Amino acid sequence: MAHVGDTQAGNIPLAEVPDVELYHPKSWITKYVFSQDAKVIAIQYSCTAIAIGLVGLVLSWLMRLQLGFPDTFSFIEASDYYQYVTMHGMIMVIYLLTALFLGGFGNYLIPLMVGARDMVFPYVNMLSYWVYLIAVIVLTASFFVPGGPTGAGWTLYPPQAILSGTPGQEWGIILMLVSLILFIIGFTMGGLNYVVTVLQARARGMTLMRLPLTIWGIFVATILALLAFPALFVACVMMLLDRVLGTSFFMPDIVEIGEQLAYTGGSPILFQHLFWFFGHPEVYIVALPAFGIVSDLISVHARKSIFGYRMMVWAIIAIGGLSFIVWAHHMYVSGMNPYFGFFFATTTLIIAVPTALKLYNWVLTLWKGNIHFTIPMLFCIAFIVTFLNGGITGLFLGNVAVDVPLSDTMFVVAHFHMVMGVAPIFVVFGAIYHWFPLMSGRMLNEGMGKFHFWVTFVGAYLIYFPMHYLGFVGVPRRYYEVGETSFIPDSAADLNAFITVMVLIVGFAQVVFIFNIIRSLIKGKLAERNPWNATTLEWQTAEFPPGHGNFGDLPVVYRWAYEFSLPGVKDDFIPQNLAPNLINMADDDDSVDEQVAE
Amino acid sequence: MTPHTMSNTQAVTASKGAWANITADWSSDQRAFKNVPWGKAMMWVFLLSDTFIFSCFLISYMTVRVSTVVPWPNPSEVFALSFGGEPIPLILIAIMTFILITSSGTMVLAVNYGYRKDRAKTAILLLITAAFGATFVGMQAFEWTKLIVEEGVRPWGNPMGAAQFGSTFFMITGFHGFHVSVGVIFLVIVARKVWRGDFDNETRGFFTSRKGNYEIVETMGLYWHFVDLVWVFIFAFFYLW
Repeated sequence: MAHVGDTQAGNIPLAEVPDVELYHPKSWITKYVFSQDAKVIAIQYSCTAIAIGLVGLVLSWLMRLQLGFPDTFSFIEASDYYQYVTMHGMIMVIYLLTALFLGGFGNYLIPLMVGARDMVFPYVNMLSYWVYLIAVIVLTASFFVPGGPTGAGWTLYPPQAILSGTPGQEWGIILMLVSLILFIIGFTMGGLNYVVTVLQARARGMTLMRLPLTIWGIFVATILALLAFPALFVACVMMLLDRVLGTSFFMPDIVEIGEQLAYTGGSPILFQHLFWFFGHPEVYIVALPAFGIVSDLISVHARKSIFGYRMMVWAIIAIGGLSFIVWAHHMYVSGMNPYFGFFFATTTLIIAVPTALKLYNWVLTLWKGNIHFTIPMLFCIAFIVTFLNGGITGLFLGNVAVDVPLSDTMFVVAHFHMVMGVAPIFVVFGAIYHWFPLMSGRMLNEGMGKFHFWVTFVGAYLIYFPMHYLGFVGVPRRYYEVGETSFIPDSAADLNAFITVMVLIVGFAQVVFIFNIIRSLIKGKLAERNPWNATTLEWQTAEFPPGHGNFGDLPVVYRWAYEFSLPGVKDDFIPQNLAPNLINMADDDDSVDEQVAE
Repeated sequence: MTPHTMSNTQAVTASKGAWANITADWSSDQRAFKNVPWGKAMMWVFLLSDTFIFSCFLISYMTVRVSTVVPWPNPSEVFALSFGGEPIPLILIAIMTFILITSSGTMVLAVNYGYRKDRAKTAILLLITAAFGATFVGMQAFEWTKLIVEEGVRPWGNPMGAAQFGSTFFMITGFHGFHVSVGVIFLVIVARKVWRGDFDNETRGFFTSRKGNYEIVETMGLYWHFVDLVWVFIFAFFYLW
């Protein structure tokens, strides 16, 4: 296909490097198990992430059962509850969202969308998945060791994380730290591949400013991860030494059950700095791929070019840069020089500028677009609304004076679940509905999809809006039960029960979603070649679904990814690799808006 | 598959100044770093990430050092060796540093001969570099043994002062020593491949089944110089402070 356009391609440079030779699998094992193909690795990553994510989901149900109906479920002890909180948080943030966005979507989409045959180092890419899998197994193993998983809270703050009052002090915390270290090693192997593939292995004509925003989001998020995970790595190594060898990096002189421990002179605040130097970029490691994917989905499903592409790119880069200088806004109540609070509050609020720019641009992309209310589009709109809601409460928490009374209340829980739980998960759902046909060759069932969307969307608001209110009246987070507390009205218990019922209903919708995926894999409607009429390269592969090596001849790219509804052109989209002389121009009496199937 | 011939390709020949060239490269297609092989680009990105790891280690060390209320042991005394009854401060570290920096020199020569495809000289220089690296690790083992056995320094405490002295020392030099050891292993592997002529015959890798070439020598060199550079910072911040 590519060579057709060469005579027309006045400004497409020659290929700079010879085409790569791929490793060709010789057996079923090397094709599907120890596969070096980024697409297979992506699916392995996704399935593992979703599987461990389901564990996290079940843990959240158990937590909500306890909060909604205290004294009812005798099998949930206080220590169990703290273990659920910890494992739910860690699983969802790191092992589900990070792995799914970067390991899953990153692996699948980067080579396809930049027009490469595979990642630059497929073997290292394969190792990345297997180390990730070991990390997940180690994490899961902590459920079965004596004492159970750690209950230190997902932030693992010392000194309590390794003291004997905390559940999982025997083995759970060690396995958690080892698992995180393994995760970081595995991720680094994948992340290096993603960055170098985007920088050095693009197709002819694919400039950085022609990349789909999905790739920009994943690319910048990967850079953030490569620079932020080191801080977590170091924190984990040091805490592991504190726990196993008895060093005192994070442990001050401390008395435990009336007994002076051997620890002396460490700095618990140091851990918090290291953790949040990782932790805040982590928010954007999850959010930036979501930003990118949502931009592409909105553009495709509204048949309109993305508004302000360059500014969208620069906003992603600006958010990425700023995310490294805001970390201490998580530590306002930890004790800090007030001037630092001032500095970090300022930088935090500045992030709202590029983020708001992105929101405006999404809305302006929808403005007068030919909006198709497909399920990906529904999830995108849900994302925009939810991210706005979660972002605005972020402005509250970013201000020191407002944060101090709201800190450690349900308000914080509601805020970050809206902004970094629900919002990115909406994008994950939208992206799965959008790219499932590409990955499997079959469409997901629309009816079940609509059910899934509406229950999840409405349910998420019924869960988290009341939770903001609970925070305002002072219900603390991470409490096993509130009991009788004078400043908390009795009605808070009713609200908690209501939230729990909603959680179970939304949870059921996710079961329907999983069922939909499995059923559609077997007998879903066969997908057309390019069911959404998208312009990007992943729909232009030699085989459908894309096979080993992705393309026949490597594609040549003539334009950006957002050529929709051009006046005077017959089709309402022009693929990135369609040579200019092959574009179907409309006859004079043809309607411009008319859509013509291939 | 060969690239399609084009009639109107323009080579950027005119020298337009550094910034203009960087802009041109980054706004071009295919590659942001022209003429940089994938492996080399990947090593640079890895080293950037690794820089953050070592920075976090060193900043954490400085934090605990300034925040502890117990006096910090004097490195000049702790790391002194006695020759003929006269203690010479930092003598072992000075020799170790000298050896490691010398190994960077032999590494540069190895890269140079690698690009000339001089099989024997490249392999020998790589092996010399690996030998210097192994010597460094060996002397580090000696230093550790002396501290543990004679001075009684432990990760959780020591007789000379702040407990964090031993903790940070073993952690940071251990992590660096691990880097050097990994480097030595890979230097030997690359030297073996060079010696066998794998890069001349484009033999396929055992694991990756990719054709090898001499670029790996330079990539290896990047890593090795990085490990040296990190040592300079550890030397300055840990031993000289």
